[in-house]
Amino acid sequence: MNKTNDINVSSLSKAQRTSKIIRYTVIYIFLTIMAVIVIFPFYWMIISSFKTLEEYRANVPTLWPQHIVFENFSEAFSKANLWDLFLHTMYVGLISTVLSLIVTVLSAFAFARLNFKGKNVVFGLLMATMMVPGELYTITNYMTVSGRLPFLSEPVESLDFTNTFAVLIFPMLVSVFYIYLLRQTFLQIPNELYLAAKVDGTSDFKYLWKVMLPLSVSTIITITILKMMGAWNAYIWPRLVANDAAHQLITNGLRGASFTNEFGDVNYPAQMAAVTIVSIPLFLVFVFLRKYIMRGVSRSGIKG
Amino acid sequence: MNKDLKKPKNRISLKGDLDGRNQYKAWLYLSPALILLLIFSFYPLINTFRMAFANGYNGLAIVGGETFDFGIENFKTVVNYVDFKLCLKNTLLLCVITVPISTVLALLIAVALNSIKPLQKIYQTIFFLPYVTNSIAIGMVFNAMFTRVGLGDLIQTQGIINNIIGIFGIGPINFVNVGSSWGANMFVVCTYIVWNAIPFKILVLLGGLQNVNKQYYEAAKIDGTSKLRTFFKITIPLVSPMLAYVIITSFIGGFKEYSSIVGIFGEGMGPGGNGQMNTIVGYVYNMLPKSNLGNASAASLILFGIILIVTAINGYVSKKKVHY
Repeated sequence: MNKTNDINVSSLSKAQRTSKIIRYTVIYIFLTIMAVIVIFPFYWMIISSFKTLEEYRANVPTLWPQHIVFENFSEAFSKANLWDLFLHTMYVGLISTVLSLIVTVLSAFAFARLNFKGKNVVFGLLMATMMVPGELYTITNYMTVSGRLPFLSEPVESLDFTNTFAVLIFPMLVSVFYIYLLRQTFLQIPNELYLAAKVDGTSDFKYLWKVMLPLSVSTIITITILKMMGAWNAYIWPRLVANDAAHQLITNGLRGASFTNEFGDVNYPAQMAAVTIVSIPLFLVFVFLRKYIMRGVSRSGIKG
Repeated sequence: MNKDLKKPKNRISLKGDLDGRNQYKAWLYLSPALILLLIFSFYPLINTFRMAFANGYNGLAIVGGETFDFGIENFKTVVNYVDFKLCLKNTLLLCVITVPISTVLALLIAVALNSIKPLQKIYQTIFFLPYVTNSIAIGMVFNAMFTRVGLGDLIQTQGIINNIIGIFGIGPINFVNVGSSWGANMFVVCTYIVWNAIPFKILVLLGGLQNVNKQYYEAAKIDGTSKLRTFFKITIPLVSPMLAYVIITSFIGGFKEYSSIVGIFGEGMGPGGNGQMNTIVGYVYNMLPKSNLGNASAASLILFGIILIVTAINGYVSKKKVHY
């Protein structure tokens, strides 16, 4: 009796072990298939950028370039004017980051540390704007920056700021989300520090600069990265208001660049080279600064 | 005694500094943000309503001081516009197709990732990879993968996707080239959106799964509950707040879909620029430079309304179903 019981148990555990092996095999196969699908577009983008046009267009596709060529990258730089685009984007990105940080820090400080009448009302109003889709603002903002004022019957040419860098920077400068993010960080800094500083006669501004900012560096970095990525990936607004060659940002330039030759053929390898170049900085950010992005984005559900 | 002495002193200093005798200072700190928000957020919000309800508004005042009639003409025009109906249909379909698929896939991947130990970090990195991408740039890659190069007898490559499905005896299908069907285009767009949406969802859901108390699973194991039943009765209810969160954000994102389609098709929003993949946001932007601002405002308010309704429905359903 005892013996049969033993056999039963061991055979059961054997069956369990087999089912466990099967389960893990299925899980790994599933994950591998999904991983291949996820990674394939990147793979195709990179290998295509090293192929000759002939090889890219071969009837039977090659999964690895037979002759690795680098001409596509120089072609990408010249055809899409990538270097100029890069400089414009960096210029807009850096200036908007610095200005945005100043504005964000000042307001986050006011909301986190200062008491004033109407604080909760103002904060609530700002939070409410996060619900509104940006498309609702774009129409009026486009009118505003192009000098079409609602009470005038003619556009004012001297107020037409389209095709300037300013128009790429100022309308997008304040992000309620960043203010919220930094306010939350500021609130974690104990009040006692502030009171101690007050006792020592430290001014508010000095306290903000010497105590709060150093303690909030990681949030500042998060905001910087998100803002820079915003400039790098911006498409809709720049396309509307500053799409001339002198102010074009990199994503607009990439989409607008023509890789078509005189026969109407698209040079896909060169296009893929340009796409690769635009994607590389994002890869680097992802690899080295991932935790900062995750902090910001998992709280908001927005990308850059 | 000592304590009693200390207390009021503390309170005085609190009053002096945190109670804000210097009200103006707080407003000074806030002023840069508030001024910019007034010009670029609050005024536009009010102005959009004003424009949407001004019949036939073109963005400027009428010469001679007349005003536009108040009414819902703009909404009527927009809703009856064939283009807008197509945009609305495309946008709704995009949401209805991509949100469930990407959510289910992300949940499966997250559960699978959560149940393995070896190689977990590597897989995790791979799945997060599409997370920080430029949606225009990768849209162009998807276009390249689905595009065939050359016409008629001159076709040289059918595109890598056609080559792959050809192995299984399907196709070749004209996915994105001139003359491609609406359905084929929709397939490409949905594929791209799902691919793009998965990393964020995996990130949130995996975070939720890792916080689930292991005791629930151990209890289920002792009771001899099957894996499938554990999944539906324990895992799903426990990650339901995260599920609700990713579903609502992806619905909102789906209704605002625009740049991934520009990435694939260019600003023409369709093969050969025929606009058959256009969305609500695309419709609003196409109208902008043409000063048909009354209609554009009405369309953007319709979008806002849809988003509010979806948010409200989700809030209602979450309250009933989500287990916190």
